[in-house]
Amino acid sequence: MAQEAQAGVFGARPESLRKKGESSFGRVVRYVSIRLVTLFITVVIGVYLTILIANMGGYVDQIKKGEIREAVQMRVLTDQALRNLPADARAKRIEDLVRLEEKRLGLDQPFLVRSFRFLRSALTLSLGRSLQMSSDSGSRQVRLIILERLPATLLLFGTADLTLFFVSLFLGLSLSRRYGSFLDKLSVALSPLSSAPGWFYGIFLIVLFAGVLKVLPFGGMVDIPPPSNPVDYALSVLRHLILPVTAITLSSIFLSVYSNRTFFLIYSSEDYVDMAKAKGLQDREIERRYILRPTLPTIITSFALLLISLWTGAPIFETVFNWPGLGRTIYQAVGLFDTPVIVASTVLFAYLLAITVFLLDFIYALVDPRVKIGGQEGGQ
Amino acid sequence: MNSLKRTWNEFRQYPSAIISLIVIFILLVASIWVVYAIPYKEAVRLWRGGEDVWYRLPKIVPPKWINWFRTKKLPDTIIFSTLENPETKIYEPSGDGRRIKIEIPIEFNSDEYPQELSMYFFISNAEKAPFVSLRWVTPDEREIRIADFGLQGAKVNFRFAQDSKLRQRLKGLDAEIGLYSVPQSDPPQPLKGDYQLKVEIVTFDPNADVEVEFIQYGKVYGWFGTDHMRRDLKVGLLWGLPVAMAFGLIASLGTSVLAMIIAAVGAWYRGWVDDLIQRVTEINLVLPFLPILIMVGTFYSRSIFVILGVTILLSIFGGAIKNYRAIFLQVREMPYIEAARAYNAGDGRIIIRYLLPRIIPLLIPALVTGIPSYVFLEASLAVLGLGDPVLPTWGKIIQDAEFNGALYKGMYYWVLQPSALLMITGLAFAVLGFSLDRIFNPRLRGV
Repeated sequence: MAQEAQAGVFGARPESLRKKGESSFGRVVRYVSIRLVTLFITVVIGVYLTILIANMGGYVDQIKKGEIREAVQMRVLTDQALRNLPADARAKRIEDLVRLEEKRLGLDQPFLVRSFRFLRSALTLSLGRSLQMSSDSGSRQVRLIILERLPATLLLFGTADLTLFFVSLFLGLSLSRRYGSFLDKLSVALSPLSSAPGWFYGIFLIVLFAGVLKVLPFGGMVDIPPPSNPVDYALSVLRHLILPVTAITLSSIFLSVYSNRTFFLIYSSEDYVDMAKAKGLQDREIERRYILRPTLPTIITSFALLLISLWTGAPIFETVFNWPGLGRTIYQAVGLFDTPVIVASTVLFAYLLAITVFLLDFIYALVDPRVKIGGQEGGQ
Repeated sequence: MNSLKRTWNEFRQYPSAIISLIVIFILLVASIWVVYAIPYKEAVRLWRGGEDVWYRLPKIVPPKWINWFRTKKLPDTIIFSTLENPETKIYEPSGDGRRIKIEIPIEFNSDEYPQELSMYFFISNAEKAPFVSLRWVTPDEREIRIADFGLQGAKVNFRFAQDSKLRQRLKGLDAEIGLYSVPQSDPPQPLKGDYQLKVEIVTFDPNADVEVEFIQYGKVYGWFGTDHMRRDLKVGLLWGLPVAMAFGLIASLGTSVLAMIIAAVGAWYRGWVDDLIQRVTEINLVLPFLPILIMVGTFYSRSIFVILGVTILLSIFGGAIKNYRAIFLQVREMPYIEAARAYNAGDGRIIIRYLLPRIIPLLIPALVTGIPSYVFLEASLAVLGLGDPVLPTWGKIIQDAEFNGALYKGMYYWVLQPSALLMITGLAFAVLGFSLDRIFNPRLRGV
């Protein structure tokens, strides 16, 4: 099942890279740059689609226009200086203010024009000012709001992903050594537990560790008020990290361990492994050079897919854990109909996904000998 | 037929698969029963109903079975209505009207006090307001006067705790504490035993009648508990099952079948069709799935059908299409396809009759394994507040609970019950899918 997906993490085609007389470094560079360009085009199209969806073909504009009119009317009607104006002069005043406000928000241009202008600014993340939300420092700049939240998300998911990757690799390897043992059978039996998402385990963990045992916080990233001492601050963040990281790990570890173990088992039944054994090589040596090496591309591929599903689950996960990251921002922005923030965070998510794909493609190029030596697409 | 038998024989060797199959069967039967027993309209009416539907139920109380795990037993909710027990009403003639006597037995065996005591009177055909007097008889034979008052209007509500004279008689204690306590105990000790509420109503018109309803709002209710709107969670928990099953099954079936067909078409025609499918798959990969679903839910519609459609649309071009395509590319070079071409079979015929059947053994496990993720997806959206506005679902119950701080306030039953149901449903399909994968996928055989 895994080998089919092996040909390039996301559809890179090594056969097109074959060129005689090219160094392996050159091939890697070529492979990586081709992937970079295709990914960029992909992101552009993805972002444009996002903008189209976010604007609902102009429905959001209608809502916004209505809101502007209401706000302006309220302002004019409560303004002492304007109260004595005759009715038609006041109406004209309202119209002028509405037009001005619409122009300020760029609502006077046709949607198609705006969508392309929006696309350019979305890609450079210069999305101007938000309609409602503000950053913790009080700024209305969308870029600031988004970038302020990004580190929290990166911290949470980075920690969780690394934990997950190494723990599942290590456990998978040690279980494949003990094929048929009780622990091995247990890992097979437990693997369906991964069908539940991280936030779901999160709820149970919160109930247990925060609600009943009262040893860990319910959510958030630091204590309130945040400790002023940097060491205390780091410790507090660490304490808040435990539950969410455990939840993410719990939700994916069973399946990852199971599939890693299965890959190792499949590869350790290859003839060359028997050959290595016959040569009298050490077990560790065999594992490192003959089993781990060829399985790595497959493992990285499945890990990449896992990472992407984790990233996209961020809005709910961060909402459950009250984690002040990008995912919760998107959730809050949606509640406020704050289109620039929604688009910006979705774009940033698209970027994150693309970067993930790219990084893993890069690692893939490094570990897959077929890219390095320009060999033919094999396996099938 | 033979291969089916062989598959079944292999299948029987996995006890977990058999158990999961039984569980799924039970879930299926249960969901059909739920839809039959509580029709859609009734479920929506109950779930969206406010105080008028649910006024008899206590607010946010755990289910009955919680008492099995507690040493201090919580009082149950007691609802006594003369509409349901007309034989308890004893009529005696009195002047122009009648004297109605009702004795309401109340069994009290808990270590804690109820939430509240309340009575409703429904008066019919009375031109002159009937007069009611309430007496409370404790197990130790004391009789406490609760109140005497006239019943003005068609419906009268009497809340014990709000009667200031009763409070005075109970030495400042709340009615639900003072009435159930051992006299002069401090702090108040509950007195267990059989209580009695004596209701005596005098009417002044020959045809006048009064129906009486007594409610002891306990600290537990039913087998599922209630929520912040006094709703019986039974409705939501039961109806969540068919919704979750239908959503999971339809989304998974739609996604995997469409992905299979698209992959087959791409692999067969190759060229630009294949290229287009490949590019769309790559774009889809960087599209953040959940944020887009959230946007659709907020801006367009929260109807479960719209969400279902968008989910399928976004999931078709996923990783599965790559897997299927790789297999189809192998299959299309096989001799039997060449044979089909030789007898001049059309493209459509080859795809449907010769390509697609080859993938079924891989499709079935993927389909079953996919169900839990969609079941949980629906719950995820509901937890984010994007659930279907009218349908009760498990995710919405979890969201209500989260929103009302159930985790912080220790109302765990509210979160754990829907979660457990989600887990059972999800796990059953996941276990079955895993077993099927091991049976159908020859590469996994023996490992």
